[in-house]
Amino acid sequence: MIQFISNTWSVYITVLTLISIAGCAILLKSQSKQRKRREGGAPEVTGHKWDDTLEEYNNPLPRWWMALFYITIVFGLGYLLLYPGLGSYAGLLGWSSHGQYETEKAAAEALSKPLYDKFAQVDIPTLARNAEAHGMGERLFLNNCAQCHGSDGGGRPGFPNLRDNDWLYGGTPEAIVETITQGRQAMMPAWGDQLGPEGVRKVANYVLSLSGSRHDAALAAEGKTTFETLCAACHGPAGTGNPAFGAPNLTDHVWLYGNGSEKDIVQTITQGRNGRMPSHAGVLTPEKIHLLAAYVYGLSH
Amino acid sequence: MEDKSTYNYKVVRQFAIMTVVWGIVGMLVGVFIAAELIWPDLGLQLPWLSFGRLRPLHTNAVIFAFGGCALFATSYYVVQRTCHTRLLSDRLAAFHFWGWQLVIVLAAVTLPLGYTTSKEYAELEWPIDILIAVVWVAYAINFFGTMAIRKTPHIYVANWFFGAFVLTVALLHIVNSAEIPVTMWKSYSAYAGVQDAMVQWWYGHNAVGFFLTAGFLGMMYYFIPKQAERPVYSYRLSVVHFWALIFTYMWAGPHHLHYTALPDWTQSIGMVFSLILLAPSWGGMINGIMTLSGAWHKLRDDPILKFLVVSVSFYGMSTFEGPMMSIKTVNALSHYTDWTIGHVHSGALGWVAMVSIGSMYYLIPRLFNRDSMHSVRAINLHFWITTIGVVLYIAAMWISGVTQGLMWRAVNADGTLTYSFVESVKASYPYYGVRLLGGIVVLSGMLIMAWNVWKTVQGQKPTVAPVQAPAH
Repeated sequence: MIQFISNTWSVYITVLTLISIAGCAILLKSQSKQRKRREGGAPEVTGHKWDDTLEEYNNPLPRWWMALFYITIVFGLGYLLLYPGLGSYAGLLGWSSHGQYETEKAAAEALSKPLYDKFAQVDIPTLARNAEAHGMGERLFLNNCAQCHGSDGGGRPGFPNLRDNDWLYGGTPEAIVETITQGRQAMMPAWGDQLGPEGVRKVANYVLSLSGSRHDAALAAEGKTTFETLCAACHGPAGTGNPAFGAPNLTDHVWLYGNGSEKDIVQTITQGRNGRMPSHAGVLTPEKIHLLAAYVYGLSH
Repeated sequence: MEDKSTYNYKVVRQFAIMTVVWGIVGMLVGVFIAAELIWPDLGLQLPWLSFGRLRPLHTNAVIFAFGGCALFATSYYVVQRTCHTRLLSDRLAAFHFWGWQLVIVLAAVTLPLGYTTSKEYAELEWPIDILIAVVWVAYAINFFGTMAIRKTPHIYVANWFFGAFVLTVALLHIVNSAEIPVTMWKSYSAYAGVQDAMVQWWYGHNAVGFFLTAGFLGMMYYFIPKQAERPVYSYRLSVVHFWALIFTYMWAGPHHLHYTALPDWTQSIGMVFSLILLAPSWGGMINGIMTLSGAWHKLRDDPILKFLVVSVSFYGMSTFEGPMMSIKTVNALSHYTDWTIGHVHSGALGWVAMVSIGSMYYLIPRLFNRDSMHSVRAINLHFWITTIGVVLYIAAMWISGVTQGLMWRAVNADGTLTYSFVESVKASYPYYGVRLLGGIVVLSGMLIMAWNVWKTVQGQKPTVAPVQAPAH
């Protein structure tokens, strides 16, 4: 990988590094001369004195300490010969952190590939009932999905519950595979500026009325027209949602953001929502996604 | 009366007393956030009591308030007494003291409010950064100015280390805090991407090297020979390890960025120089401990010397552990785990806090016309309490850290991770309890110190110390 804008920098770094290491060795060598201690006498002092009592012996450098210093210098030079460190010189071993990652990943993939291949041809509803596949799928889920959807797949505000039979983008095996592979991007626009606080409240009450939740009938009646003009495009005229956009069904009692209170719905309409499920195409192999989809499918089947 | 013929002990006294005060405050915040890791709702869900905001307050308080005041008190004391002259300027010293207290108070207000640059150990926003730079320059002028008017031909070794600390911290702070203000309390770093990360860890590791190491080595080089009443073991060793230490530290920063977007060559150089740093670091430990040769018996009944010598032992241990953790394969296990926290605290509590506490016990009676602290037995008690607390703390973090590192890398045959993240949190939980206990024990030692200091200075007149004539 080219990390220098010109070779001059590579040479500069190399020379500077080597001079610096050599400098440490030269400093050490220059101070390592042993002077014999006088027989039985006290160690030599430098003759300087500060603050009444502060003096210094001039004991020689401890040999073992000098050896330690030299060993680290030799090790350092050896390391820089074998590994990348001196400018753009790659090192005798040809090691790189990226290469190490690729090698380890390839080795792990090779080891686990037969396990996944075994299930690749089994259809998802059948696979969902297979105990071994369930275990592998669960581990994949805990590694990749639990952070948002929860360890049991029960979801959290903004992150769908995967255990019920309500699906934003469809619950068929094919739809689940597509959701995991490509990710999903939902976009509920913000209507706060356009409708004003009162207008938002009216629509919110109309939305509440769709699922038969407690609402103010007068406000809901006033919000109906707005809903049909603005919201029905995605949520449908009856508010039953549209899996093509991931627009939630508003007639059931399942709420993605909050618990279906007027406050939550007002916030959703005012500020909009931006639900995003990341794509796993580059993260998981198709075989892994197949198993994972079977696990998710099994949560509600 | 204090005048030109006396040492300026006023600024030393001010910083020495504030060392104890800020030590307690900083460690109290540390204990609180350690408890939050066990009981996450302890902050009552108030944003300014949340872990994320109080953690930088803890680190800033213990490093720059507690550690800083200890360094300023001792460096002002040492530079005057070993240069045989009063400080260059009393007004600059007063400006330094009050300016630094203002910085600390501003930090204590802005960090909990959430104002942060998000750079570790450099979180303070740009107006405070400018104040720090101005105060620091005043300190540098006063420190080096005092050295310039010294009455001795030679500069004592402690002043080399204090000088390196003053000069380098100024450089580090100014370069790493280069930022573009957007509003009064928000700025963006002048650097981008991996360069920003590299500048930050060049700063971060040298803050360890020069603030938390060179400065405190200066302290060690004065107070150990003084308390042991023995000459420094080897002048020659101090020359070699001083130059090697300040030179190699500058290169070691990249080991904080192993296996990141930082180019491989930079990571390798960081690792190589971190390993070469081992011997220069140990040079300081050898010089500290060997200064006691011929005076080992004093360790039996002098708790101040115990503090100083054990601190140097912790220094030796941390500076062995550091180079080992900089090796890429070890780092792959230790990075991002509690092992790092354990390593930092063996340095911060074992080395920095203990050498500061020992030095304060030496210093405070001498500043307040006393022969010794009010209670020597209380110093001894404080010593044992601190030692036990530190060992509990770092042992808990080592075990927790290695456990986390092993759990995070454990892989099943099917290529999935054996443990989810939350399982490693669960495994760390008991050790968080031990860590909290260690922290409480260390803090209670500081409260004993506060009582002892209060009893020592209560009703005492400040010492007026005449400048001594140099020996030669």
